[in-house]
Amino acid sequence: MCSMTTNWKLTSFRLTVLIVFGLWVLFSGRFDPFHLTAGFICSIIVGLMSGDLMFTASPTRDILLLWMRLAGFLPWLFYQVFRANVHVLYLAFHPRLAQRIDPHIIEFDSRLTSDYARTTFANCITLTPGTITVSVSAVGRFRVHCIDAQSAAALPGDMEARIAKVFGE
Amino acid sequence: MNELITIIWLGGLLFFTGGSIGILRFPDFYARLHPAGKLDTAGQFLALSAVALYVLQDLSLHTFLTAAKLILIVIFVYITGPTATHAIVDAGVRAVIEPWVQPERRT
Repeated sequence: MCSMTTNWKLTSFRLTVLIVFGLWVLFSGRFDPFHLTAGFICSIIVGLMSGDLMFTASPTRDILLLWMRLAGFLPWLFYQVFRANVHVLYLAFHPRLAQRIDPHIIEFDSRLTSDYARTTFANCITLTPGTITVSVSAVGRFRVHCIDAQSAAALPGDMEARIAKVFGE
Repeated sequence: MNELITIIWLGGLLFFTGGSIGILRFPDFYARLHPAGKLDTAGQFLALSAVALYVLQDLSLHTFLTAAKLILIVIFVYITGPTATHAIVDAGVRAVIEPWVQPERRT
């Protein structure tokens, strides 16, 4: 058991160094020995400091599938973010703003169970303008601050269902 | 091409302007965070997309890398923006700031 966790830590460290170094090469755009060596040393330092951050969860076999489903979810999210942005933009320029808006906090129970799914859901709620996640309790009760009834009506609804599908819940 | 880039850029500026005006016009701490934290996401997406398209006009490895970096900035702001907004809201809740509500909602 002990050797297994050590092995996993080593793999995690190596993967982190590899990914960070790859990004360095990609973004520095310089391929001379000095920059490559400097980048490699920096990657090792980053790996030592945060090698256990990138792959915290127990390794799942269908992580690739998860990322693919997440990629399929993103276009819909961007569309929602944009639509909601236009709504808040309209509110910001509305002449009778104080009468038009109706800020209040709503509470609802989410059926999402895993930490990843809840975090993603909370971040997506905050990302779509008009709604901000205030808190999430351990049993999955969300408190959300909404700027008006129209923003509140969209929750939890379609977004939760789509995130549940992404995380296979 | 330049006309298209200008239109996208102006669209980004419109969202930033709306965000700034929204911060001033919304009634309280929590409501102000809506335009502050989020109109920026659309604003910087449009503005940086315009810059990326402008850079990509003469396509080479160098300009492609520059465009990729700009797109990465957009992605990072999409992750850090909501996180920061949530941290500010959480600070408000811990300080027991009551949200502003419409008069008929007041008890």
